[in-house]
Amino acid sequence: MAIRTLYDKLWDAHVVREEEDGTALLYIDRHLVHEVTSPQAFEGLRLAGRGLWRSDSILAVPDHNVPTTKQHRGNGTAKIDDPVAKIQIETLNQNCEDFEIEEFLMDDIRQGIVHVIGPEQGATLPGMTVVCGDSHTSTHGAFGALAHGIGTSEVEHVMATQCLIQKKMKNMLVSVDGKVGAGITAKDIVLAIIGKIGTAGGTGYAIEFAGEAIADLSMEGRMTVCNMAIEAGARAGMIAVDQTTIDYIKDRPFAPTGEYWDKAVEAWADLVSDEGANFDQVIHLDASQIEPQVTWGTSPEMVLPITSVVPNPDDETDAVKRNSIQAALDYMGLQAGEPIDAIEVDKIFIGSCTNSRIEDIREAAVVVKGHTVADNVKLAMVVPGSGLVKQQAEKEGLDQIFIEAGFEWREPGCSMCLAMNADRLQSGERCASTSNRNFEGRQGQGGRTHLVSPAMAAAAAIKGHFTDIRAFS
Amino acid sequence: MEKFTVHKGLVVPLDRANVDTDAIIPKQYLKSVKKSGFGPTLFDDWRYKKAGEPGMDHSLRDINPDFVLNQAQYQGASILIARENFGCGSSREHAVWALTDYGIKTVIAPSYADIFFNNSFKNGLLPVILSEAVVDKLFSEIDNGYELIIDLEQQKVITPTGEAFSFEVDSFRKHCLLNGLDDIGLTLQYADDIRAYEEKCKQETPWLMA
Ligand code: SF4
Repeated sequence: MAIRTLYDKLWDAHVVREEEDGTALLYIDRHLVHEVTSPQAFEGLRLAGRGLWRSDSILAVPDHNVPTTKQHRGNGTAKIDDPVAKIQIETLNQNCEDFEIEEFLMDDIRQGIVHVIGPEQGATLPGMTVVCGDSHTSTHGAFGALAHGIGTSEVEHVMATQCLIQKKMKNMLVSVDGKVGAGITAKDIVLAIIGKIGTAGGTGYAIEFAGEAIADLSMEGRMTVCNMAIEAGARAGMIAVDQTTIDYIKDRPFAPTGEYWDKAVEAWADLVSDEGANFDQVIHLDASQIEPQVTWGTSPEMVLPITSVVPNPDDETDAVKRNSIQAALDYMGLQAGEPIDAIEVDKIFIGSCTNSRIEDIREAAVVVKGHTVADNVKLAMVVPGSGLVKQQAEKEGLDQIFIEAGFEWREPGCSMCLAMNADRLQSGERCASTSNRNFEGRQGQGGRTHLVSPAMAAAAAIKGHFTDIRAFS
Repeated sequence: MEKFTVHKGLVVPLDRANVDTDAIIPKQYLKSVKKSGFGPTLFDDWRYKKAGEPGMDHSLRDINPDFVLNQAQYQGASILIARENFGCGSSREHAVWALTDYGIKTVIAPSYADIFFNNSFKNGLLPVILSEAVVDKLFSEIDNGYELIIDLEQQKVITPTGEAFSFEVDSFRKHCLLNGLDDIGLTLQYADDIRAYEEKCKQETPWLMA
C-alpha cells in the first residue's frame, strides 16, 4: 500500500465511487443534527417523498437556541419565551419523531452542544466520517475521524443517500514541537496556530495537528484544537489515534463492545499518517514559545500573547491590512499601544463547543476558587457543554466554587457563543469568552469579544481585566 | 424532483432588468423553518402595499393593483419573462423556492446571475436564455391569455402562432430535468454502489454499521 497521510486513509476508506474529474461520493458514517440547519432538509425530504437512508447514523439534539436559565428549562419546550426558538426546537422534535431519529430532548441529561455530546457518548469514533450542518464539526477530527460542516442542502443529501458529493482537499501538517510551558492550554496552542497561518491559511486543506505538544494533550484539549481548524480556514482538522484516544472512548454508550471493540482497536492503530507521507504544506511551531493568547480584534487571527500591546495600524505597510487593523480597533474600542493586560472586561463567558467540557470547567474553577468576581464585571457565567458535564461538575462541587465567587451557573447549550438565545452582549460591552469566533456582532450587536482559554477567562473575571495566568495568584 | 419535458403555460411579463433575490423574496421570510410556503410572499415588496412579516395571513393584505402578478389576466401564470441579469444579489435558495411554490415552471430572460441559475436547476425550475431581440419580441406579443410552449427535449420556445425559438441548455442539466433528477436523485442512481459499499463495511468495520 502506498504511503499515505491520515486524511488520505480516511478519504480512501469512504469513497463509494469517483468520477474522472475527482468528484467523489463519500460515505458518511455519522450525521449529527441540530435545530437550526435541519428543518428545510427534512421538509425537502417530505416534498420529494423520500425517506432516510440510514436513520441509525443520525443523532439529534437541540442546542443553538435552547435557553440556559433554570426558569426557562424543564417541561420540554413549554417555558421557552422566544417563539422562533420554540418553533425550531419543536420542529426538530417532530421531525425526529416522524423520521424515527434518536434525539436527546431538552430535558434529557445527555442534552448539550452537538459537538460535546457526540464524543461524550462515543458516537464519534476513530475512522468515521462525521458531518453536521455546523462548521465546528471539525471538532470530531480529534478522534482520527474525517469531520466537517455541511450546508442545509447537503444535510438533506446525506439524509437521503448517506453520501456527500465531495472533492478531495489538500494535506497540511501543523506540527507543534516540544512541550508547552506551565499554564499554557490547548486553546492557547490553537490560537497561536491561527495567529501564525491566518484565518485563510488552511483554506482548501485538511489539517493534521501533530507534534509532541499535541500528543501530550488530553482528548478534550485535542477537541479544542480541532474545533478551531475552521477558524484557520480548514473545513477539517484531525489528530492521529493513540492510546489517549482509545482510553477515552472505551465504555462510552455508543462505543463498540466485546469482540467488535477488540477488532476496532486493532483497526484504529492504522489511523496515523505513514512515516514519510507527503503533505502539500508543513508548518512548525515551537511549543515552548507559546504564551497565553488573547484576541484583540474581530477575527481569530487578530491574536497576541498576553504580554503584548494592542498593535498600531501605522506599523503595517500593507494598506489593506492597515485599514482592517484600524477598523478592528475602532469596533473594539481599543487604542494602539494599550497593554493587553490593561483591557477591562464587562462580561465573562465560559462555555461553547470549544471550551465547555469538564476539564475546561475544572481549569477555570482552580483559578476562581476562593476569589470573587471583580466589581466592574457585570456578568460572569459558566455554561456547561452538556447535562452530563454539568452533573459531573456539580458532583465535584465546582458549581459551588463558581457561585460563591459570583458566577452564574447555567444549563447546557450554545448560549452566548452565538447569542441566538437571550444570552448576549449589549452594544459596546466587552467580553472575555472561551468560544471560537470574535466577529463583529457575534455575541450580540456591537458586542466586543476577546477569545481566551478558560483559565484566562476566569482570571479576567477575578481581576476585572486580562491578566497573565502564569502570574495569577 | 418533478420531470420537466414539455410545458405549456400562461406567460406573465415582468418588464424589469436586474431583478434581485431580495426583491424575489425579502429577507424577513428567511427565518422560516420551511422550504415551501414562500409563494404568497414572492415579490412581496412589489406585490403588496406594505411590507409583510412572516406568519401574516397574506390573503388579507392590501395588494398593489399595478403589479403584474396581481392583474386578472395573469392569474395562474407559470412562465415568467423578464429582462437581463435576473436573480442577482444574495445566494438565497429561497428565491427559487418562492418562484416554484408560486407555480412558476420557467423563467425566460436574456441572462441570469450565476447562483440563481444554478439553484434553479436544483429545484426543477428551467431558466431559459433567449436573445434580447427575441425577449423584446415576446414582450411585445403578450396580450390576454398569451401562452408559450417550452419544449425542453427540442430546446424550443414555441409561440401561439407556431413560431419557434431555440435555446441552449447544458446537456447534463437537461438530462437531469428531463428525468426529474436532482443531486439526490442523481446520487440515488448509484444506490447499488452505496449498498455494495455498506456490505463491504459490514465485513470490514462492522462496529460502524451496528
Ligand atoms: S457552541 Fe457556538 S460554535 Fe459551537 S456549535 Fe454552538 S454556536 Fe456553534
